Amino acid sequence: MTLRKIATGLVMVAVLAVAAFLYVTAPERLPAEVWASAGAPDLANGERIFHAGGCSSCHAAPGAPDDRKTVLSGGLALKSPFGTFHVPNISPDETAGIGAWTLAEFGDAMKRGTGRDGEHLYPSFPYASYSRMTVQDIADLYAYLGTLPKSADVAPEHDLPFPFNVRLSLGGWKRLYLDEAPRVTLSDADEKVRHGQYLVEGPGHCGECHTPRDILGGLKTDQWLAGAPNPEGGEGRVPNITPREGGFGGWSEGDIASYLETGFTPEFDSVGGAMVAVQKNLAALPAADREAIAAYLKAIPAR
Amino acid sequence: MKFKTLAVAAALAGLGAGAVLAAGEPQVVRQDMMKKVGGAMGALSGIAKGEKPYDAEIVKASLATMSEVARAFPEQFPAGSETGAETEASPKIWEAPDDFKAKADRLAADAEAALASLPADQAGVGAALGAIGKNCGGCHEVYRVKK
Repeated sequence: MTLRKIATGLVMVAVLAVAAFLYVTAPERLPAEVWASAGAPDLANGERIFHAGGCSSCHAAPGAPDDRKTVLSGGLALKSPFGTFHVPNISPDETAGIGAWTLAEFGDAMKRGTGRDGEHLYPSFPYASYSRMTVQDIADLYAYLGTLPKSADVAPEHDLPFPFNVRLSLGGWKRLYLDEAPRVTLSDADEKVRHGQYLVEGPGHCGECHTPRDILGGLKTDQWLAGAPNPEGGEGRVPNITPREGGFGGWSEGDIASYLETGFTPEFDSVGGAMVAVQKNLAALPAADREAIAAYLKAIPAR
Repeated sequence: MKFKTLAVAAALAGLGAGAVLAAGEPQVVRQDMMKKVGGAMGALSGIAKGEKPYDAEIVKASLATMSEVARAFPEQFPAGSETGAETEASPKIWEAPDDFKAKADRLAADAEAALASLPADQAGVGAALGAIGKNCGGCHEVYRVKK
């Protein structure tokens, strides 16, 4: 009898614990006023944010030529240690894409990783960086995406083994790794460095590849931009881009800005791998944005 | 027992020494070839940016280097040279040799086209570089693995 009571008690505690977990980690939506506060969209700025964020690198069809990079039909398979993610269609098609989404739905996906049906999105979509973006930049991007060509393509479902296929568990991941705090604290950073910080840590999501991850796939922020294994596995390494002596520290601000514009290192080696697409996107930004990124990369701690 | 351990260690050390590649091995040859292209690129870029004065001989020699290297480059990847000497060659080179060669030929053709109508001033060099330079990233995006 007592044993039975204890067992019943334990089951109730477990149920309550799960309920508490789900309550605390439920997908979050920002208050409607946040999105209603956005001013009239600026399409030119939306296009700039589109390039800064490199949306086309993942959301254009794999191998799309340069003149088809704005057709965001999805379909790229992203291999990871957790399984294979299939990048969705975010073209303005009303059924296959996100044409029917409101700004609030789009914005909550960007800043909170919450999908249109209130589900947790996987952090392969780098909302843990985009959370730092301003409401206005997201509103401008939303408006710009609406001007791009529609595609009716539908990507396959993500191919993830248990337990990674349980979306509810992502709530716990978000508690650990999703916030809007700066990745590094830069005392007396000037306006240029702060602008670079916004671009790198927010829309640019540079840390998603250049920072190593822990066993749960969260960024090791004490190793911010210190280089990491190739996220898709296999050979190769994503380089350390902190101002380390004997490494990237030997590049001047001008060298970095020039590399991002032309794709050539100071020794006239060229950009390679996944960075080719990133560099092409960054080349489309105003020079002041590339210079700000360079200033920020010289200002962060060497690792 | 101890002798056996020593013998194994000595054999392993011998293997290690044998794995160090000498000049003339394809991995080293192709790395030197790419450095030559980089040097030519740097010379042309200096002129395009106005850091160096325009010099027709340097422009001609740089473009010729690019053409020569690009024509011979795809032959430097024989079977057995997939690894070693810190090669950054991607395994994809051996999976798609025809596409790899086509990309190298494209660089050669672009350099030869620029040679045929030799750029006559700083702006001309800049325009030629714009066309030629796309080949670098275009090939490295697929066929090079950064270590």
